[in-house]
Amino acid sequence: MDSEIISQPLSAGETKKRSVTIFGVGTAGITMAGQMAAEDFTGAKFVAVNTDNSVTAAGAEMIHLESKMLRGLGAGGDPERGCELAEENFDRLKTACAGAEVVFLVTGLGGGTGTGVSPVLARAARESGALVLAFVTLPFACEGNQRERHARQGLEQLKTVADGVICLPHQKAAKLLEEHAGFADAFRASAHLLIEGVRGVWRLLMYRGLIEIHFEELCALLRAGHGESCFATVESAGTTRARDAIEKLPAHPLLDGGQALTEAETVLVSLLGGPDLSMADVNRVMADLNEHCPKARIIMGAAVAESFHDRLAVTIIATGRQPRTSAKPAPGKNGKPALTPDAPGFDTELLHPTKPERPSSRHVPPAPALSVEQREQILAQQTGKRGPVRKAGPRMKQITLPLDIVNKGRFDKSEPTIHKGEDLDLPTYVRRGVALN
Amino acid sequence: MFDSPSIIVGLEIGTSKICAVVGEMNDDGVLNIIGVGQARTRGVRKGEIVDARAVEEGVRHAIVEAEQMADVEIRSVYLGVTGGHIRGFNNRGVHPVVSADREISDEDVLDVVKNAKAINLPQDNTVLHAIRQHFLVDGHDGVTDPVGMLGARLEVDVHVVHGHLNRLQNAIRVVKGMQLEVNEVVFNGLASSLAVLSNAQKELGALVIDIGGGTTDYVVYSGGVIKHTGVLAVGGDHVTNDLAFGLKVPQGRAEQLKIENGSAFIDEAVKGQTMNITSELGLPLNTVNLEHLRRIMVMRLEEVFQLIAQDLEQAGLLEYLRAGVFLCGGGARIPEIARLAEQVLELPVTLGKTNTVSGLKSTLDQPEFATAIGLVRFGSFKFRKREARPTFGQNLKNVFGKLLPR
Repeated sequence: MDSEIISQPLSAGETKKRSVTIFGVGTAGITMAGQMAAEDFTGAKFVAVNTDNSVTAAGAEMIHLESKMLRGLGAGGDPERGCELAEENFDRLKTACAGAEVVFLVTGLGGGTGTGVSPVLARAARESGALVLAFVTLPFACEGNQRERHARQGLEQLKTVADGVICLPHQKAAKLLEEHAGFADAFRASAHLLIEGVRGVWRLLMYRGLIEIHFEELCALLRAGHGESCFATVESAGTTRARDAIEKLPAHPLLDGGQALTEAETVLVSLLGGPDLSMADVNRVMADLNEHCPKARIIMGAAVAESFHDRLAVTIIATGRQPRTSAKPAPGKNGKPALTPDAPGFDTELLHPTKPERPSSRHVPPAPALSVEQREQILAQQTGKRGPVRKAGPRMKQITLPLDIVNKGRFDKSEPTIHKGEDLDLPTYVRRGVALN
Repeated sequence: MFDSPSIIVGLEIGTSKICAVVGEMNDDGVLNIIGVGQARTRGVRKGEIVDARAVEEGVRHAIVEAEQMADVEIRSVYLGVTGGHIRGFNNRGVHPVVSADREISDEDVLDVVKNAKAINLPQDNTVLHAIRQHFLVDGHDGVTDPVGMLGARLEVDVHVVHGHLNRLQNAIRVVKGMQLEVNEVVFNGLASSLAVLSNAQKELGALVIDIGGGTTDYVVYSGGVIKHTGVLAVGGDHVTNDLAFGLKVPQGRAEQLKIENGSAFIDEAVKGQTMNITSELGLPLNTVNLEHLRRIMVMRLEEVFQLIAQDLEQAGLLEYLRAGVFLCGGGARIPEIARLAEQVLELPVTLGKTNTVSGLKSTLDQPEFATAIGLVRFGSFKFRKREARPTFGQNLKNVFGKLLPR
């Protein structure tokens, strides 16, 4: 990273020639892709994938997945159907991805097309040699548990095939809205946030950095922290831009009032400013972030672009503590994700496929006073007893529950005690992730 | 049974208990504790009142008990307050001495203190205490009493404790609603420190941590004056709540477990030990792992000390605590807590003993009563001041006034 700065400081700022294809999948995805196509994502190719004819997006190539079986009715909210349809048209999808170095996949999970087609599309893109980053929304809580389950399932599948998944629950965006805001506004707000996120990553990719964050690095980060990753992009302008950005960041709705930062394990920060970006600005933003996330590993990148004169954009991608050790379903034949039979969050997550190597604490060494034969007998008994039990399939493992489920007990209704973004009412051992077993 | 003017009552409305302590000043100005009353609190969370009626009942119980024990009628109290909204900081006030001879008068001192109090507080906040630290005369440091000195410029350092006005008023209103006068409102942490520390310890530098039910209050003394105060809205209730959550037992049970089996140290003896607990009807309820219990407690208490240590480090005060750390409040009863605090703060830690007043030995030895006793002590300072002020003529009037029927 550092050698690049020295070798070509003047060329910094120009955009890199990278071919990016942005796919909008499903109704929600196409709407968002359409909005992006209308904005300043110059150089990107837009492709819309859908199973019916309900929406079209200007400036996007349309791929219409059709099958006689469906009689033009689309996936009908059934991800399995969407998945089958995509498998049928696998080659078409692959051709659409051809030539792209990076594929962005934008979709709303929970329906038939987005949930079913996206994982297959992601696989197609990977097979054609592109890096895949998926930006997905999760449905509102009020959309019912069926959609919620589909969405979760789709998300798990996407995570196994895509290089990185950034997920935005609609519910978080809903916090932004006033009480009487229209229903359509809610979706619009959420879409806007997602697009901001895409824009942040886009900049990361397209502008040559003074300190570069490689796309692979970003993907590795997203892959490693398969806990919820959250992102935020803020922009500010004027002489006080660094301070404004600092103030805006913890207030960002997707960062849970700064709490997400405090709990984050890895934080990727990308700064983009004009040629007038000063060392003091960078310093200020980074110092503040360091204070906000004392436990996190911070990866920092900075880029300069002519068009950003007097402006500063800060993009943050924070990945949290991994809530479970290995919840990924094993990939099936030819990399196709094995379908999880149940919605994730149930029994399958509790299974621990590799048995721990730790010796059992119940192992008692025989007393030295015994004879050699007796000793061996005792040892054999112990190992004999343990052997079959431990081989008998995966062991149930207690998982750490995600934080938001923790009931605050008697402090539920009182004013929370927030200290540097940490809610002190929650048990300390939960916040520090100490497992009791 | 008349309210003799030498009776001073401290009332603390705590998160777990309400406690009234009656002190008597004898003619030599020595303070003596003569009565204690307490009641279990309902309706207080994190040191602040959430159910005024329930609190009123508790206060009444405590006051009646104290009245009976001390055989006096209580008319006014010094009221202790706490809560996460209370903050402390240091401020400096400046006042030019304008008199022709440049001699500093009493009025100058009053003015400079007034200036020091005039600070930019949030709109709803009010100053609870403005405690004088040092005076500076023409930049000359360390003057304790500038009256009579010569100088052009008088400055004073004060430690200001401020809090949210309405929240402070809540406690006052409850007490006033019971036909009791509130002489003064005192920050609990300040009161505890008055009860626990001797003058020598204040001079050396000491930290008093009062671990209460709902809040942890701390006060730092150095060079004989208060340098720092703080409130952490985390207390014994949080420990109980953590245990209830972590061990999956009801709150009441968690409280009992905390008291009977709790400790701030995980010793070898409890490792792997479990305990069956039963419901009130004797039915088996749950099995708890004692090691887990200790670990949950240790982590919470450790965090409290860490947060205090961080705060003091930021204020640059950790090096000045040569007399060490003193623990009081109900939390000081947790076994081995001093050892834990010592590990975290890296300072000698002792349990605070209220040996600055005399009286009922059983009361004085209990760390929970430190705040209420401190309130009485605070009252006794005010009392002495009030007594010293009247001139000879007024005294005469007082004496005759007492003899004559009104």
